[in-house]
Amino acid sequence: MSSEVSRFARIRSGTVIDHIPAGRALEVLRALGISGREGYRTIVLMNVESRKLGRKDVVKIEGKLLDSREVALVALAALSATISTVEDFEVRRKVRVSAPDEVEGLLKCPNPTCITNKEREPVRSRFRRVGGRPVEYQCAYCGTMVRLE
Amino acid sequence: MDNPFKGSDVVSVLDFSRRDLELLFEYADRAQRHAGSKLDALRGKVVALAFFEPSTRTRFSFEVAAKRLGADVISVSGEEATSVAKGESLADTVRMLDAYSDLIVVRHRYEGAAKLAAEIAESPVVNGGDGWQHHPTQAMIDLYTVLKLFGTIDGLNYALLGDLRYGRAIVSFLYGLTRFRPGAVYLVSPEPLRPRREVLAKLGELGFKCEATCSLEPIIGEVDVLYVSRVQKERFPDPAEYERLRGSYVVNLRTLSRAKPGLKVLHPLPRVDEIAHEVDGTPHAAYFYQASLGVPVRMALLSLISGVEI
Ligand SMILES: [Zn+2]
Repeated sequence: MSSEVSRFARIRSGTVIDHIPAGRALEVLRALGISGREGYRTIVLMNVESRKLGRKDVVKIEGKLLDSREVALVALAALSATISTVEDFEVRRKVRVSAPDEVEGLLKCPNPTCITNKEREPVRSRFRRVGGRPVEYQCAYCGTMVRLE
Repeated sequence: MDNPFKGSDVVSVLDFSRRDLELLFEYADRAQRHAGSKLDALRGKVVALAFFEPSTRTRFSFEVAAKRLGADVISVSGEEATSVAKGESLADTVRMLDAYSDLIVVRHRYEGAAKLAAEIAESPVVNGGDGWQHHPTQAMIDLYTVLKLFGTIDGLNYALLGDLRYGRAIVSFLYGLTRFRPGAVYLVSPEPLRPRREVLAKLGELGFKCEATCSLEPIIGEVDVLYVSRVQKERFPDPAEYERLRGSYVVNLRTLSRAKPGLKVLHPLPRVDEIAHEVDGTPHAAYFYQASLGVPVRMALLSLISGVEI
């Protein structure tokens, strides 16, 4: 690997989201609200080899640490992901994400006539986790079930 | 006696146990004994009716029930030229009604509307139907009807015919049956009108046994209660699909020729053409009797929520 490439492939301090199912990196970024215009130096690896998953995506974001809400968002977009905090090129903390039992305001109900999708109503979506694998969430208002990958 | 209804919201029939429902039926018996006389159990109370979706029967039935108990009734409806029609949020309308009333009945075409109203209002909220989801008071009336006709809800064989996907009354009846111990329960519908996944998941979670089938014919001979529901046009995105399906599930004299003599036909009304008028005069027709129980059951519910004896 040339020194140029390795310089681009690493971050000094920030967050590494690893073990994202192949092809879902952009969804993880979207879930975090990162469009590129925020100015974070961001590395996106897609469909790279993985021992565990065969293929995987990886996202590295320089200068950003995730709060608990953002960790939940990553979990909902990519259940198999691991999140590492990097300081001075070294991993300080590594966590496997887990699907929260209840999520508020993070998922959109797919049912168009759910009250949470009605305009001008002061209501946030609320989903409860039901069952183990596959991970499913159920809308607390209309009962619609959503399966996560 | 312990009254679990007191001050409670009524969003789904699943919020209540068998014991709760049996207490309600006792009160409905009492309400029937007072038929014709006006009570003053709710004198000085205001019941608000917020019907954002067209309705005649349910609304009248609540209104008569409230007035028979001596309550005053205020109402808003979506059809009127109110601020509601001009786009005021459900939440704001509910806050306004909450300030004027002691109990609010909500009907709305969005699923979850009654739950949201219940979260906002301090007064108890009763779901008068939310989209395709719940219609708990109809389920209470339907269960009470079976109890009055057969003396029991347990052990009977049920066939639920029609729109099990979008029909909130028939699904609420099914949910209500899970609180009892019925014999066989058949869900008779064309494939696209089978219950939604979350409904089947709920039944599975409760360990409730029922059998989906496409045809009434092979099972009609064992059925005690035939619950028929309307295939609602407004639930279909494609009118052609509606036309294709609505004629295929019609109950007429020929359908009933192989039925038990004691079979009773229930229907939440209004019907379109799913029960032929020729059935009306037979001993099988129980839907007008069922409709007549709407007021006593709702009187029972309103008085229990308000914590007053009748
Ligand atoms: Zn929903």
